[in-house]
Amino acid sequence: MNKYDLSNRYKAIVIGGSAGSFQGITRILSSISPDFNIPIIMCLHRLKHVRNGFVEALSLKSVISVTEPYDKEPIKKGKVYLAPSNYHMSIELGNYFSLSTEDMVNNSRPAIDITLGTSGYVYRDKLIGILLSGANKDGALGMKNIKNKGGMTIVQDPKECMIDTMPSAAINVTEIDYVMKVNEIISFLNELNSHYK
Amino acid sequence: MADIEIADIKKIAEVVKRKYNYDFTNYAMSSFKRRIQRILDYFKISSVDALIKRLSDDASFFEEFLVEITVNVTEMFRDPSFWRVLRDDIIPAIMLNHDKIRIWHAGCSSGEEVFSMAIMLRELGVLQNSQLIATDLDKEILKRAKSGKYSLKNMELNEKNYIRFQGNSSLKDYYSEQKGVAVMDPSLVENVSFREHDLVKGEVFNKFDLVLCRNVMIYFNQSLQNEVLKKFHESLFKFGYLIIGSKESLIWCDIANKFIVVNNEEKIYKKFKD
Repeated sequence: MNKYDLSNRYKAIVIGGSAGSFQGITRILSSISPDFNIPIIMCLHRLKHVRNGFVEALSLKSVISVTEPYDKEPIKKGKVYLAPSNYHMSIELGNYFSLSTEDMVNNSRPAIDITLGTSGYVYRDKLIGILLSGANKDGALGMKNIKNKGGMTIVQDPKECMIDTMPSAAINVTEIDYVMKVNEIISFLNELNSHYK
Repeated sequence: MADIEIADIKKIAEVVKRKYNYDFTNYAMSSFKRRIQRILDYFKISSVDALIKRLSDDASFFEEFLVEITVNVTEMFRDPSFWRVLRDDIIPAIMLNHDKIRIWHAGCSSGEEVFSMAIMLRELGVLQNSQLIATDLDKEILKRAKSGKYSLKNMELNEKNYIRFQGNSSLKDYYSEQKGVAVMDPSLVENVSFREHDLVKGEVFNKFDLVLCRNVMIYFNQSLQNEVLKKFHESLFKFGYLIIGSKESLIWCDIANKFIVVNNEEKIYKKFKD
């Protein structure tokens, strides 16, 4: 008996997170099925001037290696992407990334609102947005954009978050389809993947 | 607020192209859209149609538009590890075969990279042997670059980058504080030629040993990137260097086979075929 009403229509999963999200992210990446067939696009707040190390730290536990895309890199199934340090990461119509060095948004570059907002615009109702623990409001408007375009919205249960400002802000500005603990996010993602076989 | 439609973006680009001869039609869509939204907010313009009308009617407004439409966020010694490679490997390699080194900063914006280059060349003792040309499409931003005035707040970040670059001095030695603003030592850029030049419409105008264009082409779509890269290729002496931003790549570009990778981490390429 499946818990969620899922299908294989989703084209991408986009995940935002900040303070307190690293553990949740590594648990997700270490527990998804190795044949996970939907692109996972992550925008996580990170040190602006440390270019190396983060993607390696995430890849260490991940069943799928994590890459920081180049500007104009095509988005492919079965890949996990991370927004590079000191760049904003957008999704473009035509299914590829573009990077930019515009001003910080919500004191952040990469800003989660930009990655989530542009994903929502491109993937519409074929997108799932997930927002994890974090200490500011970046990502809340991005989740609203996803919802407005018909996408699915999920936040980490604020009770489970180390710092719940980010998911709570999203709950306050838009409709959230599911509030989940990290364990539930993992089984949700694996159930979703089973529709792609 | 309602989304700005792609049709709106195209209309704006058409007006600008027709009336002012700047071509933004091949700019990357999502960042260009954010710039348009920013302009609407900044100038308190109520709609895209109102913006188009203002652009059509008011030529002086276009200059303000131009400053805001391009992204002018940059740092001195951004990616310090890149500047170390440039100092330790690339510049010495060029000086081995040349008495003079010709450098083009393409899309120099407010000039932080030009000053970084000048400081590095002075520390190497070869600034007087260097000919630097710095270009941008926006003459207002060129004025700012030439003046070498930066906010003290930005200088904190620049200083941190300089320390990671491991320069042989302190960044403070290269500027003075005047009325709460950092003013760069003007002798650093006395031999730099700042020129108006649009990468999209501009012609190839010189030959160089080194072309620096970091985080500029990310604002272009792929076909425009290809066009601009052809111009860079033509602007380089054989075995000259092309340097792009750390997250840019030549992989998807037509001209990639005419360059070899010198340093993949820092995105340094060398022209080896005409």
